Amino acid sequence: MGIVAKQLGIARLQRFLERSEVLGPLFMAPAILYMAAFLGLPFVLAIYFSLTNLTINNIHSGFSFVGLDNFAALFQDSIFQQALRNTLIFAIASQLLSLILGQATALVLMRNFRGKSIMRVLILLPWAVPIALGVLGWKWMYDSLYSIINWTLRALHILGPGQGPNWLGSPDLAMVSIILVHAWKAFPFAAVVFLGALTSIPQDITDAAKVDGAGFFRQMIQVNLPIIAPIVSIGLIFSTVFAFTDMSVVWLLTKGGPINSTHVLGSYAFQTGVMSGDISYGAAISLFLVPILMVAMVLTLRAMRRREL
Amino acid sequence: MRLDRLLKQLGFYILVIVLLIFATWPFVWMFLTTFKNEHDLYNLQNIPYLFNEPPTLRHVEWLFTSTGFVRWLWNSTFISTVVVVITLAVATPAGYALARMAGRYGERLGIGMFLTYLVPPALLFIPLSPIISRLGLQDSLWALVAIYPTFTIPFCTWLMMGYFKTIPYEIEEAALIDGDSRLGALVHVVMPLTMSGMFTVVVFAFTLSLQEFVYALTFVSSTDQKTITVGVPTELIRGDIYFWGSLMAAALIAGIPTAIVYNLFLDRFLVGITGGAIK
Repeated sequence: MGIVAKQLGIARLQRFLERSEVLGPLFMAPAILYMAAFLGLPFVLAIYFSLTNLTINNIHSGFSFVGLDNFAALFQDSIFQQALRNTLIFAIASQLLSLILGQATALVLMRNFRGKSIMRVLILLPWAVPIALGVLGWKWMYDSLYSIINWTLRALHILGPGQGPNWLGSPDLAMVSIILVHAWKAFPFAAVVFLGALTSIPQDITDAAKVDGAGFFRQMIQVNLPIIAPIVSIGLIFSTVFAFTDMSVVWLLTKGGPINSTHVLGSYAFQTGVMSGDISYGAAISLFLVPILMVAMVLTLRAMRRREL
Repeated sequence: MRLDRLLKQLGFYILVIVLLIFATWPFVWMFLTTFKNEHDLYNLQNIPYLFNEPPTLRHVEWLFTSTGFVRWLWNSTFISTVVVVITLAVATPAGYALARMAGRYGERLGIGMFLTYLVPPALLFIPLSPIISRLGLQDSLWALVAIYPTFTIPFCTWLMMGYFKTIPYEIEEAALIDGDSRLGALVHVVMPLTMSGMFTVVVFAFTLSLQEFVYALTFVSSTDQKTITVGVPTELIRGDIYFWGSLMAAALIAGIPTAIVYNLFLDRFLVGITGGAIK
């Protein structure tokens, strides 16, 4: 009798648990709790820390609330202003470059030619290889003495004998070098996203545009672009966010140097908040990534909604 | 007319070659550096594209015998494997719930989950450190095991939701009518149909964890706890001395296999990131 009752109880519990209103939240709970603990909580902490004078030294002895002092200090901080400017320059320049290269690659891969599949694999390497390892290859190519880029340019007589820029040694050139590596990393992804979208354009639309006498660029901008825009937008927003927030390329190539000229928000936050232990100031720096993130999220939402229509 | 076409063809192949050189130049130079003699590498009179002296395996040998390379490979593999297990355990039920049971809020919740994938490490590495030390995980690879699911769960939940949506509810209903419980139907009927989806999740969680750099740089500083992406650039460079031969060997040996696996699953990844618009 007791056993039957127990079994009945278990059966009832199971039926209760399997109701959609119960099982749904139960299934969602681990994911939501995990994200709350390791993403939501740190985010709130970042805001809290940025309003205190917390450093690695007073973390146990007591730190205090300082209001917006850290943000006020940021406006006096020329390295921060440089980092903010660099973040914008890097992201925009590298994205533009990678879009152009990606579009060119996609158009090439639209055609049929021998070795196309091998080309696809090789082109994708920069994107697929772990960024920390790929950037090391560039670091060696940019070497001040043994740069293979300089050697090649000299061999092609683009540079005179004995000439050769120090790619990571001067502020302006280091910026260019970093942008180039970012674009190198990002363009294969742009290429495959474009390729996927371009192949989804119906042939008769392309034909109709040709019959109507649309030239190459006109067809690209007035016919293809409106069709592929909703498809490529999410992928491109993601890659732009990555360009804005990444610090690994800068960190591996220059560590923000020479003389702090190539810092981005991420690398400067890392240098102050992690390396120097000024936690509150570092947190304030990294919070400047939030507006960029908000814009990206709103754009993603709009792109998703537009596609569903 | 014929010349015109010839020029166009020529232009096309020049473009192909320029793009290929840009993409692969670093890898070619990595490959050459890996097998070059020190003496050959640092002689400015030599043509760098040639082996002016016989190739050598010295750098590879040194990498495997005198550095933590093998240990870092093992650490990376271990972390990624545990992250895969956590991701599957969390993302599969969440994806199912979002696809079937969360109703009107499911869509919004799913999109919200997807959007958290955008949150960058640069925003979180500072406030995560007190959490990690509270958990007693500082300077331990377990810190990374705890953190990496924050970027694998959102994306993989999104992917799983997509896969579950492709399975018609009628199949599940039939199993329920046959007397199977809801969980039973999920395990016996639905899950086998999403095997390929789960396999994709495994590969992505694994490769994303393998490639991670910023968190690993922040939270691990002992040699024996480092991952491959942090061990190579921090330990094979001492002060201003770069062990280029071994650095390039390490980048090549660890990087290329990861890249190949990633490539194989690229198309599925694209379906995920474009929300199913590219098939």
